Amino acid sequence: MDDGVILAADNLTKEFRGFLAVEGVNLRVRRGQIHALIGPNGAGKTTCFNLLTKFLPPTRGKITYKGQDITALSPADIARLGLVRSFQISAVFPHLTALENVRIALQRQRGDSFDFWRSQKVLSDFDDRARALLADVGLSEFESTEASDLSYGRKRALEIATTLALDPEMLLLDEPMAGMGNEDVDRIAALIKRISANRTILMVEHNLSVVSSLSDTITVLARGKVLAEGDYATVSKDPRVVEAYIGAGHG
Amino acid sequence: MSAAVATSGIKVQQATGGMPRHHVAIFIALLAAGIVAPFMLYPVFVMKVMCFALFACAFNLLLGYTGLLSFGHAAYFGFASYICAYSAKSWGLTPELAILLGTAAATVLGLVIGALSIRRQGIYFAMVTLAFAQMVFFFCLQAPFTGGEDGIQAVPRGHLFGLISLRSDFTLYWVVLAITLGGLLAIYRIIHSPFGQVLKAIRENEPRAVSLGYRVNRYKLATFVLSAALAGLAGSTKAIVFQLASLTDVHWSMSGEVVLMTLIGGLGTVFGPILGATVIITMQNYLATFGAWVTIIQGIIFVVCVMLFREGVIGVISKWIKKPL
Repeated sequence: MDDGVILAADNLTKEFRGFLAVEGVNLRVRRGQIHALIGPNGAGKTTCFNLLTKFLPPTRGKITYKGQDITALSPADIARLGLVRSFQISAVFPHLTALENVRIALQRQRGDSFDFWRSQKVLSDFDDRARALLADVGLSEFESTEASDLSYGRKRALEIATTLALDPEMLLLDEPMAGMGNEDVDRIAALIKRISANRTILMVEHNLSVVSSLSDTITVLARGKVLAEGDYATVSKDPRVVEAYIGAGHG
Repeated sequence: MSAAVATSGIKVQQATGGMPRHHVAIFIALLAAGIVAPFMLYPVFVMKVMCFALFACAFNLLLGYTGLLSFGHAAYFGFASYICAYSAKSWGLTPELAILLGTAAATVLGLVIGALSIRRQGIYFAMVTLAFAQMVFFFCLQAPFTGGEDGIQAVPRGHLFGLISLRSDFTLYWVVLAITLGGLLAIYRIIHSPFGQVLKAIRENEPRAVSLGYRVNRYKLATFVLSAALAGLAGSTKAIVFQLASLTDVHWSMSGEVVLMTLIGGLGTVFGPILGATVIITMQNYLATFGAWVTIIQGIIFVVCVMLFREGVIGVISKWIKKPL
């Protein structure tokens, strides 16, 4: 294993009844980087993401996180190792308040919460930390608002605060900008930049301006395979990438 | 934009963890009603209502708080009542020990069936739990100790702690009231515990709970077992009240009835199933003169409820007053 690689996928393959959604993908994510996974629709980005976090079992291949083979672990166990993912549609707990949303994640510090006989008053110990995290993403004034009443951009911010509550070493963000207005995009982009300070981030994203300004490394997927890899300048000049985006079949 | 801080919808007071004042008020009202009821109504009827209220609340713990629809909850209710009745009658156990033994039996049964069915979701989960419940029914029909079609009759109510005779309905009533309120408070605590908080997260967004590192199947199983245990407590108590354990209590229609009670009262509300159980049992008792028409009237009421109060009676009231009930 070469130095500085935190997450590695080798020959990752996913077959759905004969259809190869992801085919022999090799991926190296380096510690401390923002790594983007891009590609046209149907390229297998989200499938790839679900494979890495074990929400889907791979047909073939091996996934290594910090030198440990995690191919056979359950998604919850992967989260426990510090590899935490977000979802394409904002993943909040809609009928809990913003504060409670964050607290659910902080509660993980207690280990498993099987203590059904104890009052939830014990959770108020986490309130201060939860407020600090909400303040961090600019949601202080919404702490007692139910998540379902927040605007879309704020839901995403809440989701990030909840994820940060686990203090993960590595974040996997699935289209963090999907469905967002321009002002929200800038805010969340700044937020991602800020939280990447001592973390590794792998993200799937369609918004190319965001990808170009944020990412250190870009991997381009097309038809389930890695097409190109490198920084934005390299990748954007690659003729195969240009062709894949403009549309193959015209050549 | 920044001014829009005011929260719409239900204001949640759970952040403090203490019981909100209106919940304290409802518990006191329930206690008061429980104390007055035997002086106004036939005590055995009220005890029946209480047993079913506890059963429905136990069921609601599973369906309302983890979203798992078990269609075989009669198995725990009925099996516990057999074990309780048998141990009180044949081994001469005191009622409190017989009830505990019945509850323990339901707990073990819940653990086994839960562990085998928890991996299935939605309709498959309902079908698997129904299948297991049918096995339990068949077992209760065939096993030598259950008395087959006759059930176990003339179960002695015995002496509480070997001291206090429970022969009088009135004395027994206070014991049943204590068990019911104790069970309800236990369920309330489970819902409002760190464990309950994780359950809400799972109900609201299961993949997200997984991605935060919660092993959701273990939480579901724990809830299943708790629910089965409390259903067993209700069934055991009913066996002592009626001095009878019979096939009615393990029959699949009993599993259906508890779903009905929960839905009419309000799924996922703390107090809804109590009201639902009261409505259904009262109808069955007071409309009994209509014979087979009871089922039809029950059906009509159910249809009306579904059309007018989608969230159940208590669920709708909860929305009106904007407070969780």
